[in-house]
Amino acid sequence: MEYFTKFGDFQFDVLREVGNIGAGNAATALSKLIQKEIDMKVPQVKIIPFDEVADCVGGPEAVVVTVFLRVEGDCPGNMFFILDMASARHVLQQIIGEVKDVEEWTEYEASALHEIGNILTGSYLSSLADFTNLNLQPSVPALAIDMAGAILSYGLLELGQAGDFALTIDTAFFEGNEQVQGHFFLIPDPESLKTLFRSLGVPFDGDY
Amino acid sequence: MEIIKIGMADLGVAKSPDRLRTTGLGSCVGVVLYDSVHKVAGMAHVMLPESSLGKGGEIAIGKYADTAIPRLIQDMKLAGASTTNMVAKLAGGAQMFAFLGKSDSMRIGPRNVEACKMALQQAKIKVVAEDTGGNCGRTIEFDAATGLLQIRTVNQGVKEV
Repeated sequence: MEYFTKFGDFQFDVLREVGNIGAGNAATALSKLIQKEIDMKVPQVKIIPFDEVADCVGGPEAVVVTVFLRVEGDCPGNMFFILDMASARHVLQQIIGEVKDVEEWTEYEASALHEIGNILTGSYLSSLADFTNLNLQPSVPALAIDMAGAILSYGLLELGQAGDFALTIDTAFFEGNEQVQGHFFLIPDPESLKTLFRSLGVPFDGDY
Repeated sequence: MEIIKIGMADLGVAKSPDRLRTTGLGSCVGVVLYDSVHKVAGMAHVMLPESSLGKGGEIAIGKYADTAIPRLIQDMKLAGASTTNMVAKLAGGAQMFAFLGKSDSMRIGPRNVEACKMALQQAKIKVVAEDTGGNCGRTIEFDAATGLLQIRTVNQGVKEV
């Protein structure tokens, strides 16, 4: 755990606020898209072994709809927007109308989910960029519908080269009656934390 | 019969009638070694190809193809297996996000598979079955009694190799 030894409560609070701001803006965007009220849970900032990363979305074998993008620029990292299958279907119903209740998605539906993920992650990142004054550039987002473990492991490749733990900023959101629930995951690369904290004037003497 | 779970970047050994299982393989590769004479099996959930990629001080042995496979062989020998009997089966190494394939770090799946094969070749262990590549996640379970590897995917159901 050597990369995260200098972490205190204050640093955790700051990262929770990062999750709040990013996901807050994204949740507003989602709320406009589906014309329903979206609530957010308090962001969870955790330093956990790789194995446990998929647990908060239902375990490594849970099938999820995910839009993934790489964040480039001053503060590189990985960003995921995750919906379970039922929630993805509800969101689609709100936006494009009729959706068949089958396991297979049509190209049109997949493309709509892709675009929703694109809008929401974009909104997360741009609010974060405004807040920190950092240059954050999203890669072209990619869509995958598969096992959570298989998908989230992509967010761990950079971290895997540096240590055995992942710092994740996980913000769960849900619609009033919980028909739609999902997560925004931000997993900064190890060397990005220093930049992030510096941009916010937060003391951090992690030994990188 | 017990099912031994192997986590990400981890490895383990089982004897008949136990089973080895690892879940949610994406770009990671599940390496299974098996000595059918002594009915000893080993499984590793390899995340990255080479330990030289590591930036940190200490290395998790199970994380890299070039460190996990030699250790797996060693652990299996301690459990009574012999290298000459060992064969390998591979699963995983997918490319979950198709068009991110340009950058090297996103091509990690195929690189993991290549690195595993190279490490196996160095140990003179033959790959008798593989289900690698593609763009789907896999969960695998290996039966140390029969030597069969069960591979489950979301869209293609279950198959055995």
